[in-house]
Amino acid sequence: MTLFAIDWLLFIEKLSLIIIIIFASLGIALYMTYGERKIAAALQDRPGPNRAGPFGLFQPFADGLKLIMKEEIIPNHSNKALFILGPALAMTAALMTCAVVPWGDKVVLFGRTIALQIADINVGILYVFGVVSLGVYGIMIGGWASNNKFSLLAALRGASQAISYELAMGLSLIALLMLTGTLQLGEIVKQQQAPGHLWNIAYQPLGFLIFLVTAFAECNRTPFDLPEAENELNMGFHQEYSSMKLGFYLFSEYINMFISSVIMATLFFGGYDVPFLDESTLTPNIAAIVGIVALLIKVVCFIFFFMWVRWTIPRFRYDQLMNLGWKKLIPLALANMLITGAVILWLHK
Amino acid sequence: MNAIEILFWLLSALAIISAMMVLLSKNPVHSVLWLIAVFFAISGHYILLNAQFLAIVNIIVYAGAIMVLFLFVIMLMNLNKESEPKRNFWRILIGIISGGSLLMILVSLIRQATEINNKNALMESGNIGLIKTLGKLLFSDYVVPFEISSVLFLSAMVGAVVIGKKE
Repeated sequence: MTLFAIDWLLFIEKLSLIIIIIFASLGIALYMTYGERKIAAALQDRPGPNRAGPFGLFQPFADGLKLIMKEEIIPNHSNKALFILGPALAMTAALMTCAVVPWGDKVVLFGRTIALQIADINVGILYVFGVVSLGVYGIMIGGWASNNKFSLLAALRGASQAISYELAMGLSLIALLMLTGTLQLGEIVKQQQAPGHLWNIAYQPLGFLIFLVTAFAECNRTPFDLPEAENELNMGFHQEYSSMKLGFYLFSEYINMFISSVIMATLFFGGYDVPFLDESTLTPNIAAIVGIVALLIKVVCFIFFFMWVRWTIPRFRYDQLMNLGWKKLIPLALANMLITGAVILWLHK
Repeated sequence: MNAIEILFWLLSALAIISAMMVLLSKNPVHSVLWLIAVFFAISGHYILLNAQFLAIVNIIVYAGAIMVLFLFVIMLMNLNKESEPKRNFWRILIGIISGGSLLMILVSLIRQATEINNKNALMESGNIGLIKTLGKLLFSDYVVPFEISSVLFLSAMVGAVVIGKKE
């Protein structure tokens, strides 16, 4: 089956993988909104959404329908093209990271061995980092195109926050890279799976802590949700947005949270590895399913942690945020890097 | 036409159209966004040449950092029609003549260059652009220029801090 000398079977395989992963991410993000409301309710001692369906399980669909049905408003003085581009970019940047994540090992379908990863590229971690650095554009363009001073201020805040915390995030990853010696995410998971090798969290506890804090900041989650601080900036960078464009911004935050949980699980908690289980004794398909379930359980724990923190810790002040990023996390990450390098050198002698 | 060729033509078209739009768009914010599109197209070309590290660093540094700062500055400046310099006929004519002659020189140079005549780019092969090879090369054959450029970066950073500290 070759037309234009393209391997169409491979093309179809990858395309269906992309579609499945994107829809799965969207579905998980949909139910994260439900999870957030239920957790908030539990922490505040109230029942939470419980009207739509059993236990309020259809609530996310009701919310989505409400957002779609609302009137679409584009302000007269806004830059119309960029006003629409902003939420689209936010969503795209949020979904792009899925491409390099290893969701499982391999499945055998119709006699074809399919790797459960869209692209195991040579520079996987750097790709994740590149996509993270693109995440600011959605906020900046949306905030500027709204032609509203509050939106612009919030966008600038968000962008400077993202840029500041990217540095510490990158430095904490460098220490991890020294350990693994590879940038391929698939390879990093395989290393952690190997017998006698612990998960990377055991070797990089400080690096993980820094990564966790910066991930909160990159996702604009409380305690770092300054770009949407209602009491200072009305509603933040998406003040002028309505209907599904607002929905895209809110939704991309949940997808970002999901993806950063996946990345944390992959880099530091063994990805699809199940502890104390030798996957090679199972048939490939069962091993793959067990792996995916293990990864999702780890991810759900992280997502719960994200929400737990949101409803526990109050928001930082902006100068506190900058001090934490530049004066605490970056020196800490540098020290972590030096110590890791020194220990690796010492052990090799 | 195979997949590589299709991608090559698509990326080339994207790069050239976006580069033209950088110059043609009236709004400076639009220009910056088109420039980001150019960087993406060029990164795509790097990937076709199997220089994955270069491709991704191009995106992180240019699209992810430098262009964000460009956007910052442009968004905060109050750019409107009145502050735009007036264009008159002679100025446009001079611009066309000087730009055209520069283009002619560049084209003739590339046509005559013996280094690139009758040579094909290595598509999708070669491992010179992969991170392992590149790292080994940088720390063996090119270690002196590499370290000197790191000193340059350090001095630039110190300079930025000094300027920022000045009251």
